[in-house]
Amino acid sequence: MIISKVAELLDAKVCVGEDRLSDEVSSACGSDMMSDVLAYVKNQAVLLTGLVNPQVVRTAEMMDMRCIVFVRSKIPSDSMLELAKECGIVVMTTKKRMYEACGILYSNGLVSLEKEEEE
Amino acid sequence: MEGPVKFVYEVDGENFTSAGEASISIKKNLRLLGYNPNIIRRVAIAMYEGEINMVIHAGGGRATVYIYPDRVEMILEDNGPGIADIELAMSEGYSTAPDKIRNLGFGAGMGLPNMKKNTDEMKIESVLGKGTTITMIVKT
Repeated sequence: MIISKVAELLDAKVCVGEDRLSDEVSSACGSDMMSDVLAYVKNQAVLLTGLVNPQVVRTAEMMDMRCIVFVRSKIPSDSMLELAKECGIVVMTTKKRMYEACGILYSNGLVSLEKEEEE
Repeated sequence: MEGPVKFVYEVDGENFTSAGEASISIKKNLRLLGYNPNIIRRVAIAMYEGEINMVIHAGGGRATVYIYPDRVEMILEDNGPGIADIELAMSEGYSTAPDKIRNLGFGAGMGLPNMKKNTDEMKIESVLGKGTTITMIVKT
C-alpha cells in the first residue's frame, strides 16, 4: 500500500512528507507506549499512536519507520514536524480513534509483521 | 592499524525532549560508513534505550561510542543513584520510572532487557550513590 492510500483510508491530513506519499509500506503497528514499540516491533513501517511528544518521532526513526499516524485528532508540535522532516518520515493526523484506524488499515491489507511471516 | 572512530555525547538529564539526539547522530554516522541496516538499527535501539534511561534515572550522563570495523562499542556512564539489584532491574516489566515518564510513553520496564536483546555483549557496573556504567558491543 502506498502512503497516500493510508491517508485516504483514514481521511487523514498530511502534516509533513508530501514528497514521500508514493512510498510503499506493507505493515503497521499501533501503540501509545514507545517502550513497547522499541521492544516488540519489527519492521513495521507505519506507527499509529495517540501519544504526542518528540520521542514518538525519535522512536519511529530508531525503528526505521516511514510514517506516523496521530489518531484522535492529536496535533504534533512544530518541533516534532521539523524532526520528522529531517528524518524523512511522513506525519499525518486523523480524527479516527486508534481501534478504528488500525481496523481500517488492517482490513485493507496493511498487516502486522507476524501475519506476514506466517504467509 | 587505524584506531576506531570515536564519538562522545553529553546526554542532558534536564531535558527529556532532547533524549535520543546522540542515538540519531550515531545512526546517521553508521549509515554514512555503510554498515548493514539491521546492525545500525540494533545499535540505535540499544543506545536510545540507554539514553532514555540516563535521562529518567540518572540526571543525564555521557555516551562514548567507538566504531571499529568489526564492532560498535557503546559506553554509557552516569553519576546517578546506581542500580541496587541489577538482576531485578534486568527482568522484563520491572520499572522504577515515575508516572510522568510513563505518560510520555516510556518506563514499561523493557529498557535494559531490550538493550541486552539488541547487543552481542552487555556489561553493567553500578555503585550505589556513585553511578552506573553500561558497556555494550554490537558485532558488525
